[in-house]
Amino acid sequence: MGDDAALEAFRADAREWLAENFPPPLAHKNPVPYQNDAPYAEADPDWQLWRTRMAERRWGAPGWPEIYGGAALDAPRVRILAEEMRAIGAFNPMKMTGYTMLGPTLLEFGTEEQRAQHLPGIARGTVRWCQGFSEPGAGSDLASLSTRCIDAGDHWLVEGQKVWTSGANHADWCFALVRTDTTAKQRGISFLLIDMRSEGVVTRPITLISGSTHFCEMFLNAVRVPKGNLVGRVNEGWGIAKRLLQFERDSLSEGRGEGASLLPLARSRVGTDGVGRIADGDLRSRLVAHAMRAHAYNLTMTRLAAEAKAGSAIDALVPVVKTLGSDVAQARADLAMEIYGDRGLGWTGADYAPDELDVSHQWLHARAFSIYGGSYEIQNNIAAKRTLGLPDPASAR
Amino acid sequence: MAVLSDEQGMLRDMAAEWVRDRAPISAFRHVADAGGAYDPALYAEIAGMGWAGVLVPEAHGGANFGVLGLGLVLEELGRTLVASPLLSTAAIGASALRLGGSARQQAAWLPRIASGEVTVALAIDERGRHDPAHIGTRASRDGDGWRLDGIKAPVIDGGAADLLIVAATIEGGEATLFLVAPDAKGVTRMAYCRIDGRDAAQVRFDGVAVDGEALLAGGAGLIDRVLDHGRAALAAEMLGSATQAFETTNDYLKTRVQFGQLIGSFQALQHRAVAMLAELVMTRSAVEAALAAIDADAPDQAALVSLAKALAGDTFRLCAREMVQMHGGIGMTEEHDAGLYYKRAAAADAFLGNSAFHRERYARLGGY
Ligand SMILES: Cc1cc2nc3c(=O)[nH]c(=O)nc-3n(C[C@H](O)[C@H](O)[C@H](O)COP(=O)(O)OP(=O)(O)OC[C@H]3O[C@@H](n4cnc5c(N)ncnc54)[C@H](O)[C@@H]3O)c2cc1C
Repeated sequence: MGDDAALEAFRADAREWLAENFPPPLAHKNPVPYQNDAPYAEADPDWQLWRTRMAERRWGAPGWPEIYGGAALDAPRVRILAEEMRAIGAFNPMKMTGYTMLGPTLLEFGTEEQRAQHLPGIARGTVRWCQGFSEPGAGSDLASLSTRCIDAGDHWLVEGQKVWTSGANHADWCFALVRTDTTAKQRGISFLLIDMRSEGVVTRPITLISGSTHFCEMFLNAVRVPKGNLVGRVNEGWGIAKRLLQFERDSLSEGRGEGASLLPLARSRVGTDGVGRIADGDLRSRLVAHAMRAHAYNLTMTRLAAEAKAGSAIDALVPVVKTLGSDVAQARADLAMEIYGDRGLGWTGADYAPDELDVSHQWLHARAFSIYGGSYEIQNNIAAKRTLGLPDPASAR
Repeated sequence: MAVLSDEQGMLRDMAAEWVRDRAPISAFRHVADAGGAYDPALYAEIAGMGWAGVLVPEAHGGANFGVLGLGLVLEELGRTLVASPLLSTAAIGASALRLGGSARQQAAWLPRIASGEVTVALAIDERGRHDPAHIGTRASRDGDGWRLDGIKAPVIDGGAADLLIVAATIEGGEATLFLVAPDAKGVTRMAYCRIDGRDAAQVRFDGVAVDGEALLAGGAGLIDRVLDHGRAALAAEMLGSATQAFETTNDYLKTRVQFGQLIGSFQALQHRAVAMLAELVMTRSAVEAALAAIDADAPDQAALVSLAKALAGDTFRLCAREMVQMHGGIGMTEEHDAGLYYKRAAAADAFLGNSAFHRERYARLGGY
């Protein structure tokens, strides 16, 4: 009881603080460009103000220890804070690659020096990270990566190419997987932190089907990396990477079922029939089916959070939830596009309202949900093996 | 699985143990082979465990444990397709009397429901359709009482029920529930023999006279709430059946060898197995939320119930279909259990509104 009262008091505090400090112009804005596009974010004074306030309140990384810039909140309080932000359409400005993926990884595997050096910048949202995993020859089969890392005595020497590296052109640092042993596959991989200002690091933006330059090619030409930048032990990076990919999957499942209901949009753009139903019967059926799946998905997120809190292991379901989430979000993008009809086909220009352009670009971007962070097929492979205990396909044995 | 209280966890474990010991799927086959709809001795055991009285208030000999508790039991019973009038009696009958019964009606029926002495069936569908908003059976004033005329079909569990709860439209008024004894003059029952082997019947009411005490208070609103108790409980039972169909199939993928390897190593089957798991995960979330919403009398309970019943219908049918397919030839045989799940999935989906009905209901409730 006393516990519940304390949590409710925290909720009230959080609500009050957010009401006073969250800049209203940011409400319900799409957080993704702020996360991936540094110039866009840094050009927005509201975003900068919000980041500064959150950093001072230590609520950007609320669960982290205070020495690393966190507020050392327990899991229920972290959840309450997230709920209160969601309620007013706020987002966490620190929720970038460094926070969602590298932070928890360093907390688990990093040395004291590595944590002290890197975590505070992530918690303050001033240091941007990118993920240098994929390579031209190593996508789903990530462990076949070939970027070489050679022990050059007082430093590591890195040579190779990464690709699809989100935000690499704006990143300050990169966490990368590199090959330290060519005679073993998984057991020849190490986990390295690379300063993007190092000599020999070259990035080249790649344009996506949505027109944005969300990711890059990244060339590593004889890059010298200090010895202390290797996380964990040499050749033991694969286990760390797998853990990091779990953190990534977790963060990708969040919020997939969210977004305002498509119903008012459909009613106004498509119109209603004599008894008040959405006029296009076929579209109406599909909208309802989607709304029901999104509802069930959100109930699933709530249920699994409650079960995790009560101590049940829910990790086995993470790949399943990831595919359900991308499915729901992609279906939503398809339907929104259909509702807008001709107005949803705009590419650019003043003829189109911002929400109209947003719909076509979101629709294009949504295809990535089932590719990055482990594709739809790869999540199914993982679930088949880990969750259902099914045997490996013969060819992969 | 929801986060359960200790008592709820014990209830579920007790049900699981009883199903394992007393009601494996062979028990269902035994009843079906003998031509019966259910085994009265088995139902006596069910009532003896207290499950018929889960929704009955303590003052009337029940446990007053909520529909989530009943759902936990039915989920376990659904695993082996236990055929019994528990759902009709304990979920629908008990909630109808609880929500719409007078003190006298409750005192007359609830203790006997809890003890297992009487079983109940809801006579609502007509001409094979679940359409509670259009009830053709009529109730006309007859002195202090009523006369009922109409044909109900199918009445699930109606062939053997000791008490019928009949939906009839009052002249110039709305649909209302009436308590009718099946042996009353003018009631004719004709048992159906359906694919799932469970009790279902056509029941005719030809000028059936009932007294004023037969009417349950609450009209169409009561019907909706009673149906929702039944639908949520049924969705829980269907979740149990679907889960078992899936688990049996997943086990087979790890035993059957073709092309020199376990068939579970074929990616085409692996991904379909994961797809079933994903549907089961979502269905469980919806079912538990619906049961909890009814117990909390939450404002969104109707939408959650329709969500749960629609998902349960689709998921059970998917898992049963894949159970047949992934077993190959053996799955097509009478001897194998796959066919039992496949048939039950269709019948359970149709009961209390199929998936399409509940998608439409969800749509209307949401303003689509
Ligand atoms: C928008 C976006 C941002 C990204 N950001 C980053 C980033 O920041 N850092 C980074 O390292 N990477 C990033 N990626 C890369 C992403 O992780 C890879 O694209 C992904 O892992 C797939 O690899 P691939 O592109 O080589 O496709 P491939 O692995 O070549 O896959 C091609 C197709 O084959 C299927 N396939 C492959 N193997 C199997 C199998 N065993 N069974 C069944 N089907 C299979 C795949 O599912 C896919 O459909 C990003 C990708 C996108 C789209």
